[in-house]
Amino acid sequence: MAEKREKRRSLDEAVAGIQSGMTIGIGGWGSRRKPMALVRALLRSDVTDLTVVGYLGPDLGLLISAGKVKRAYYGFVSLDSAPFYDPWFAQARVAGTIESREMDEGMVKAGLQAAAARLPFMPIRAGLGSDAQTVWGDELKTVASPYPDADGRTESVIAMPALKLDAALVHLDLADERGNAAYTGVDPYFDDLFCLAAEQRILSVDKIVSTEELVKSVPNQALILNRSMVDTVTEAPNGAHFTFAGGYKRDEKFQRHYAESAKTPEAWQTFADTYLSGSEDDYQAAVRKFAEEQKS
Amino acid sequence: MSAATRAEVCAVACAEAYRGSGEVIASAFGTIPAIGVRLARNTFEPDLMVSDGEASAVRGTWAVGGAADGEVEAWLPFNQIFDLVWNGKRHIMMIPTQLDTYGNCNISAIGDHARPAVQLLGVRGAPGNTVYHPTSYWVPRHSTRVFVPKVDMVSGVGYDNARKAGPAATRYHELRRVVTDLAVLDFTPDTGRLRLVSVHPGVTVDDVVGATGFDLVIPDSVPQTRIPTAEELELIRTVIDPRNLRDKEVPA
Repeated sequence: MAEKREKRRSLDEAVAGIQSGMTIGIGGWGSRRKPMALVRALLRSDVTDLTVVGYLGPDLGLLISAGKVKRAYYGFVSLDSAPFYDPWFAQARVAGTIESREMDEGMVKAGLQAAAARLPFMPIRAGLGSDAQTVWGDELKTVASPYPDADGRTESVIAMPALKLDAALVHLDLADERGNAAYTGVDPYFDDLFCLAAEQRILSVDKIVSTEELVKSVPNQALILNRSMVDTVTEAPNGAHFTFAGGYKRDEKFQRHYAESAKTPEAWQTFADTYLSGSEDDYQAAVRKFAEEQKS
Repeated sequence: MSAATRAEVCAVACAEAYRGSGEVIASAFGTIPAIGVRLARNTFEPDLMVSDGEASAVRGTWAVGGAADGEVEAWLPFNQIFDLVWNGKRHIMMIPTQLDTYGNCNISAIGDHARPAVQLLGVRGAPGNTVYHPTSYWVPRHSTRVFVPKVDMVSGVGYDNARKAGPAATRYHELRRVVTDLAVLDFTPDTGRLRLVSVHPGVTVDDVVGATGFDLVIPDSVPQTRIPTAEELELIRTVIDPRNLRDKEVPA
């Protein structure tokens, strides 16, 4: 019998295939179950000029802080709790240093669905009549239905282009080493669609377990990724920090510290030196120290 | 019981926006709309569904400003929220940063989109919400900063832009109410222009006109917004907002 595909990688190996100029989709939602350990691995790499797609939050903020983002396709960028606005995203927008392809939240889903189904576009009403249509210029077009409605009118809807991804980064709670994976929290978000829309599918999880343990641990409906949808599995305990995942809450204090630190170059240098200049283990140790200091 | 405060009148006006909405998801941004939704469900609109802000629909009536405290009745992950939006099973009340005479709403950014002066939320779900299901607005401070002749970025679609975009945009487009700290407004059926419906107790038509940066449609006689009933006041004060968070949004 042939060996099964070996997919288990370290964090840095997992992102090694991501090259400058690529379009990457990032799973999760706002500040919820984001693949932050993979994002931190990207910060350690020398990739740049990325196009980022997703329901974005501090994942985009951190990538912008390191000058890695050229363009972003997003339904929103939010920290989900005060101060809500991601400071790095806001700075980059006001400075005009990233290209924005802003769209309705539902258009992100439609674009990923089109890519997942290998279709050129998906029809959707959302965007019609709004500046989410106009700011895209010629990149976003409408399509007329070949079927008139009951009144004989033709509906022209947005032809949401497929959001084809060179790579998807997603974080789930539990997986086996083949890439079967499950969420254990309240919402799968769109992580399955991100994987189906991408060439390279990179999964981090809080814990890698045997297939038997995986399927015993969750209802079948929570197994949102199967191994045909995943190329790389990396174990990253607390890997969604400071966003939340199925097994832990958002670290609100640390997220506020992140947002506060972005206000001045000096504060950010200290933040980057403390949390972003070493390995993932160094990060997690510094985060534990931060939590202890907050308690005392 | 003491007389209703301005915030309580606003909460009841927000509740009234949901009258007749039926079995749909009632989404509301802001403290006073959140009070309004719970008030409506507890009284005249019992079939409304309310999300806990994560992924569950929750029954019951609980205090604003804290976690949902009620019985979970359904699963509402974001993926399904979009399906329900597209299916029209929702009535949302959003807070516009800018709103114009045809109900175009901006929550995205102030200034030029390529390089805004201020980055706000982005368009979020506003383009989809407005072309798929009833949408209302809540303006905690009625002023010429909010009510502008032309919004910087159309996030929520107004009547003029919906018409320009054709039948696919107008089919389910319905801007139902605009509730502010001064008044209740709606949109004139034929022209789609913002129209004064009522002024809150203590507010004059001139107050509203002076705080609006364009010409409102003003009927010959403008009634006063209805005041809360004793039952509504009791519910607001003892059950839905015992910590009086409403006064932080609209000072007495």
